[in-house]
Amino acid sequence: MNTPLILMVLLPLAGSILNGLILRPHSAKRAGVIATLFSTGSFICALLLFFNLLQTGTPVQISTPWFTAGDLKLEWGLHFDWLTAVMALVVTGIGSVIHLYSIGYMAHDRSPGRFFTYLNLFLCSMITLITSDNLVALFVGWEGVGVCSYLLIGFWFEDIEKANAGIKAFVVNRIGDAGFLIGIFLCFQLFHTLNFVDMSAAISKLGGPGTSLGLWTLTTLCLFIGATGKSAQIPLYVWLPDAMAGPTPVSALIHAATMVTAGIYMITRMNFLFQFTPDTNLLIAFIGGLTALMAAFIATSQNDIKKVLAYSTVSQLGLMFLALGSGAYIAAIFHVMTHAFFKACLFLGAGSVIHACHEEQDIRHMGGLKKYMPLTYWTFTVSTLALAGFPLLAGFFSKDLILYSALQGKWGFLLWGLGSGASLLTAFYMARLHALTFHGEYRGHAHPHESPSVMTIPLVILGIGAVFAGYLGMPEAFHLLPDYIAEFLGHVVKMPAETEHLLPELTAMGIATSAAIIGLGIGYWFYLEPKRTEGLNSIMAPLRTLFANKFYVDEIYGFILVKPFKQFSLFLARIFDPNVVDAGVMFPAKLARMGGTALSFFQIGSAQFYLLVMLLGGLAVFWYCLKGALV
Amino acid sequence: MMEAQPIYWTHYVATCLFALGLLGFLIRKNAITVLMCLELMLNAANLILVELSMRTGTPDGIIMVVFVITVAAAEVAVGLGIVLNLYRLKETVELDAFKSLQG
Repeated sequence: MNTPLILMVLLPLAGSILNGLILRPHSAKRAGVIATLFSTGSFICALLLFFNLLQTGTPVQISTPWFTAGDLKLEWGLHFDWLTAVMALVVTGIGSVIHLYSIGYMAHDRSPGRFFTYLNLFLCSMITLITSDNLVALFVGWEGVGVCSYLLIGFWFEDIEKANAGIKAFVVNRIGDAGFLIGIFLCFQLFHTLNFVDMSAAISKLGGPGTSLGLWTLTTLCLFIGATGKSAQIPLYVWLPDAMAGPTPVSALIHAATMVTAGIYMITRMNFLFQFTPDTNLLIAFIGGLTALMAAFIATSQNDIKKVLAYSTVSQLGLMFLALGSGAYIAAIFHVMTHAFFKACLFLGAGSVIHACHEEQDIRHMGGLKKYMPLTYWTFTVSTLALAGFPLLAGFFSKDLILYSALQGKWGFLLWGLGSGASLLTAFYMARLHALTFHGEYRGHAHPHESPSVMTIPLVILGIGAVFAGYLGMPEAFHLLPDYIAEFLGHVVKMPAETEHLLPELTAMGIATSAAIIGLGIGYWFYLEPKRTEGLNSIMAPLRTLFANKFYVDEIYGFILVKPFKQFSLFLARIFDPNVVDAGVMFPAKLARMGGTALSFFQIGSAQFYLLVMLLGGLAVFWYCLKGALV
Repeated sequence: MMEAQPIYWTHYVATCLFALGLLGFLIRKNAITVLMCLELMLNAANLILVELSMRTGTPDGIIMVVFVITVAAAEVAVGLGIVLNLYRLKETVELDAFKSLQG
C-alpha cells in the first residue's frame, strides 16, 4: 500500500504545479476542475489506505533517509496509522468538497488559477503534516500550511487591510512556532529521537519522567505554545478572526476544518508524552475552557456573519483543548471530525449567503433569506443545530463527550462550567445568527438568489455529514451502537484511565442538552422578533460594547506589545543604526581614505623620479645580497 | 668568496659608457634622448659580455648579446611608438609635460 500513500501526498502537489506553473488557466472552471480532480484523487487514496488499515490492522510506513547532523539522524517518513486515517479522511474529504464549492464561488474572480494553486498546495502541506512520522517532517507541513494560509488570507492583496490580515496570521503563528521549535529541541534532548514510534518506545522504557519531571513539563509546555498559535487559543487566537479576510471557501477549509486542528492533532500525536505532565494538562484545559467561553461571548455581539463563525471556531477549538487537557484525546479528535463537517457547512453556507447578497457580510442587512435560498437555509439550519449540540446531531455526541470528560479531578466542576457556559452561549449566538440571516424581512438592497448547484451540492454533502458523523462515536451509555471512533483510535491513543467522574454520564448529558436547547430558545425568542431585543440592549449596553470590541484584546496587545516594539524599531532605525552601526562600518573606510591621501604624497608623476627610486632600490638589493662577498 | 677577476681596459670603457647612460637617463628631459641613454647602458653591458666571452673562450656571452640586441630592437620599436603617441597628445616630448599621475 505504499503507492496510494505516496500518491495521497503528491497528487495535490501535482495539481498545484499543473495549475500554477504549467497551465495557468484563466477560467475558474478549468482551474477548479483540475484542482478538484487532484484533491479527490488524494481522497480516494486515503479511502484505500483506510480500508487497508481496517483489514490488515497494521499501519503503513515508508521512510527514506533525509539528513544526518551529529547524533540526529532524520528520515523523511510517511506513516499511515489510525489517527492519521481519521485526519486524512477529514482533510482530503472535506477539502475536496470545498474545492468543488470554490469552482462556483470563485467563478467571477480575476485569478482563479492562483487560488486553486494555493488551495492544492495547502492540501499537500496538511497531508504532509498528518502523515509524517517524526516531529521535523511534521514541522515542515506545519510551516507549509502557515505559508499557504498567509497566501490565501491575503489572496485579495490589493486591499491593504486583507494583506495585513495575512501578515498578522503569519506573524502570530510565528510566535507559536518558536515555542514549538524549542519543544522539538527539548524532545530530542530528552529522547535522542524525533520519531513518534521511537519516542513512545523510549518513554515506555523509561516508565515515567522520574526526576526530570520539570524538563518534561517544559517540553510539553513549549509544544502547547506551538499549538496555541496554530489552533488559535488564548493568547494567540487574535489572528483567526482577522483571517476571515480571505475568500470564504478558504475560511471553511483552513480556519474551520483543517489547519486550525493541527495543534490538536499534534498534541494527540504526542499524547504518550503529555500523559506524564499533569501541570501542563491542567493549563491546557483551563486555556481551552477560557478560550471557549471568551470567544463565545465575543461571538454574541459580532455583526459580520463570518466573524461570528470565526469566533465560534475559536470557541469550539477551546472545547477541543479542554478535552485534550482532560486526557480525552479521542473526544478531541472526534470533535475535530464532527466540527469539520458542520463548521465547513456553516462557512460554505455563509459564503452562499454572501454571494447571494452581493458581497454583503453584515447580518443586519440580511434577513428573510429562507424563501430565496431554501437549500442553503436547510443545510445551514442543520449545521446550526449540530453546532449548538441539539440532540442526535453530530455536535451533540462529541460535545457531550468533551464536557463529560472534563468532569473529573479537583477542578472538574469549574472546567465543566466553562465548557457548558460556552455551549449555552454557542447555542444562543447561533440562534441569533440564524434568525437574523434567514428569518424576518429582508433588510438589504440586493436581489438574493439561490447559489448554483456546484455550490449547493457541497452544502448538502456536508449537511448530511453534520447529521450522521456523530453516530460514529455513540456513548456507551446509550447501548445502541458501539463506540467506533474510540475503538478505532484506541490503537494509537491510550484510553484515559477510568476515573471517578463527578456526575453520571447521562445526567451531564441532560444538563448540557438542556443548556443547548435553552440557549437556542433564548436566541430565537429575542431575534425572531428583533423588537424584543430593545430592552435587552439597553440593559446590556456596556457588556455588548465590551464584546463587540472583542474585550479590547487587539488594543491591549497593540499597547503592550506592538507599540513598544515599533518604538524600539524606530529607535534602532533612527538613532542606533546611523550613529552606531553606520559609524562602525564607515570607520575602516575613513581610515583607508586617510591612508591613501597620506601615501599619495609619494606619487609625484615624474617618470624619471621613479627611475631614480628604482635604481636606488636595485642598488639596495644588490648591496644586501652581496654584502657578504664584498666585505 | 668570489675569485678575483683581472680587470681589462674594456671594463673601464664599459663603465664609462654605463655611467654616461645612467646620468643622461636621469637628467635629460627629452624622451628620445632618454631612450638613447637606455640603449647606451644596454650596450655597455653587451661590451662586457663580449669581452668576457672572448677571454674565457666560451660562446655563452656572445649568444646572450645576440638575444639582448634582438630584444632591444623590439623595445626601441615599442618605445619610439609610445614617444610618437606622446607627441601627438601634447605636441611635445619633454618628460615634464607628462605628470598626470601625480597624486
